Amino acid sequence: MEKVNPEQLQRLIDSFAGKELYIHLETTNGSYAAHFNEGFFNAGAFIRNAQIRFELGKVAGEAPHRVGLKLPYGWVYAQGITHYELDEHGRLLMAGLDGSGKLAVALELSETPFAY
Amino acid sequence: MAVKIEKERSVLVVFPHPDDEAFGTSGTLSKYVDMGVPVTYACLTLGEMGRNLGIPPFATRETLPEVRKKELQAAADAIGIKDLRMMGFRDKTVEFEDDEKMVQLISGLIDELDPSLIITFYPGYSVHPDHEATARAVVRAVRRLPEEKRPKLYLVAFANDTEEGLGMPDIEHEVADMLDRKIKTLKAHASQTGYMIHDLEKAIAAGEAEAIERFAKERFYRYRWHDDFEESF
Repeated sequence: MEKVNPEQLQRLIDSFAGKELYIHLETTNGSYAAHFNEGFFNAGAFIRNAQIRFELGKVAGEAPHRVGLKLPYGWVYAQGITHYELDEHGRLLMAGLDGSGKLAVALELSETPFAY
Repeated sequence: MAVKIEKERSVLVVFPHPDDEAFGTSGTLSKYVDMGVPVTYACLTLGEMGRNLGIPPFATRETLPEVRKKELQAAADAIGIKDLRMMGFRDKTVEFEDDEKMVQLISGLIDELDPSLIITFYPGYSVHPDHEATARAVVRAVRRLPEEKRPKLYLVAFANDTEEGLGMPDIEHEVADMLDRKIKTLKAHASQTGYMIHDLEKAIAAGEAEAIERFAKERFYRYRWHDDFEESF
């Protein structure tokens, strides 16, 4: 993955618009957050291989960027996106890595299902 | 209070993540391997949800499982484990699996391998939801056996309230003579341990007593059947 180049990422997102897609969306503080920092409110969410189609997708803001997808009946967005890659399977992998290289958010789009 | 490591008929290790075996048990497991005790390591997931991807990133969310699978195999090789089983669950989802299915998975391993000792986490004191789900499945499977047929349980506990709830560990293995293999095991999991391995090696080389003490002793609890985490399952 490389650091986000907003123009290039925008073009890649545009190329997925209107297609039947599988999505991976994840936010996390890690399972140990409340162990190392007692009282920390550990929240996160994970969805993988839900099927979506979006009509408009946008990269917004300064780095770390926000990415929003407008669906026919709703929305998907992720904030804190720092890195991206179009992988060898043609999947668009976006992630937000914190200052120590740890993943805090991931948003991925694919025309074929992700592995389990 | 270090105890001599007893020879076992066979040992079954059940952890959910590649690297769960490294910090607290790889010295002990190396000892069993050297004694000729058959050791089976059932690793439930491939740590697919690991957060450390590095700066610059060395993996993506989608390539991490393959990275960690190789690391797990290398770690098993470092310890000398011949029977490594990757059980195909997904990281952070173990607690959401059907609980009875998980118990039967463990019962199946016990039936097949007839271990005299099972090493896993202590339910209620192992922090990560996957650790807890794994620990519950093991305790439930063992509870179903008649008392005289139950393998021993050596359990890893590291929650902040462990001492409060369980007191001091029952078993302490001196593994100073296995430090090389333990470090090799930790290094095998480079994606997870890269950040600490340099400091650790430096501390050991410098003879820092605290680091060596922490690293050269592996501590376990026996299961408190009289204080079972649930009435029945």
